[in-house]
Amino acid sequence: MKSFAYVPATSTKSAVALLGRARGKARVMAGGTDLLGEMKDNLISPEQIVGLKPAADLNYVKAEASGLRIGALTPLSELAEHKVVRERYPILVQAVEQIATPQLRNMGTVGGNLCQRPRCWYYRGASFPCLKKGGEICYAVNGENLYNAILEGGPCYIVHPSDLASPLQALGAKVKMAGPKGERTVPLEKFFVLPRVNAKKENILGQEEILTEIQVPAVPATMRGTYVKFKERGSWDFGLVSAAALLDIRDGICREARIVLGAVAPVPYRAARAEEVLKGKRVDERLAAQVAEVAVMAARPMSQNAYKVRLAQAAVKRTVLSLA
Amino acid sequence: MKEKDNDSSKKSSLMTRRTFLKGGALTTAALSTGVLGAEVGEAHLALEDYPSALKRATVTLKVNGLRHRLEVEPRTTLLEVLREELQLTGTKKGCDRGQCGSCTVLLNGRPVYSCLSLAIEAVGKEILTIEGISDGETLHPVQRAFVQEMGLQCGFCSPGQILATVALLGKNPSPSEAQIRQALAGNLCRCGAYPMIFKSVQTAARLR
Repeated sequence: MKSFAYVPATSTKSAVALLGRARGKARVMAGGTDLLGEMKDNLISPEQIVGLKPAADLNYVKAEASGLRIGALTPLSELAEHKVVRERYPILVQAVEQIATPQLRNMGTVGGNLCQRPRCWYYRGASFPCLKKGGEICYAVNGENLYNAILEGGPCYIVHPSDLASPLQALGAKVKMAGPKGERTVPLEKFFVLPRVNAKKENILGQEEILTEIQVPAVPATMRGTYVKFKERGSWDFGLVSAAALLDIRDGICREARIVLGAVAPVPYRAARAEEVLKGKRVDERLAAQVAEVAVMAARPMSQNAYKVRLAQAAVKRTVLSLA
Repeated sequence: MKEKDNDSSKKSSLMTRRTFLKGGALTTAALSTGVLGAEVGEAHLALEDYPSALKRATVTLKVNGLRHRLEVEPRTTLLEVLREELQLTGTKKGCDRGQCGSCTVLLNGRPVYSCLSLAIEAVGKEILTIEGISDGETLHPVQRAFVQEMGLQCGFCSPGQILATVALLGKNPSPSEAQIRQALAGNLCRCGAYPMIFKSVQTAARLR
């Protein structure tokens, strides 16, 4: 790892000021589990690190009548241990418990999980100047694309690696950011950007901005959710495909549905048409299969990842039926 | 555990193979000049008043109940400090990427990977390594269980496996096999001694 200077931020305000002062030469570090890995692999070599850990105002989980407010620096393990989160948002607990290992969940933060960089091996390999690193081509197109996108890909074909993003999006979460021009809050789906908008970034955060808070609205008592993640190894891994489903089923009829798929597209993928198929109908095995098919109808698999289509269908079917 | 002040510059004169080898390295590792140094206090890590960002800092780390004052670069990992500066070589360097778990230590009682932790950010935390869990020559119950059940083959992953177990049993004194597997998922064993490792954890739960 190349040498760098370290400045601890004591608050959100100080973090923004320090980033401004560094004029693009600094990177913020929360848990550091992804950033330090990138630095050790020589993908990035920032001159300065603005450490967010000392900022006392970014680590909290507040349960209010209107919903949850999660400080971006909250360690993943603390989110999953929170009493109210366990009671009212079991889908988040399910998702967190499938992120990496106990050690990484103790170190990694909620905000960092949303802002982590993709796992595409061409991006992670320092010798591939891919689109994400400002290069000319996406090596996955004619290369090893087993784990790449089947939906919304192009010109870069990464998949978003976050396990928390899809359940949070299904819950209708918003994210708050702080920057030199003040604060802004956007729905999570507006936070992420597709490669065709900007292939170098996965989200809208500016160079001098930090993610400060995740807001999760209160969920009606009749709405239940579940998260399914398929991975290559039983113990721990990034997902091959995941599905977060939040359904309101009363008397066997689905009134409201939100389905968001993970690891299939460069951003969490909302299966909006599948949701429409579910609404107003009696949930049974036949409907679940139909919903699953519609969910990935738009898929354009690459040379090695057609398996993800059937895997995504299985994930959708499984989540829907487990909530029926 | 008793608290003592410990100046790491006053090392024991006992010559071991490791200190002998290290002696050569130290003489060549002359400190660079002209870098900004600053003190990182334990109570606060507020350094915005400093004229610029830190390129070197003096930190006080509390490891196994002892305080150590050291000079570190921001890029120095906790693992490097433990092994290279404090000679606490029970903590192992495996992948150095947060994937294998052999560098596991407990930070305020929770298992973390010391290879992905900056020493400068461990200020003010209780750091517990494998050297800190036994009571002198008397092994910790989890260590005894690993010995009794042969929960290892080569032993390289054992410090991490044992510390992950200490953390698990602190939270859950009688874990199920599924809970044991989950709690130890972040610690790989290349020898594949998993059945004996999991059995060691069950035995440790009884011994405690």
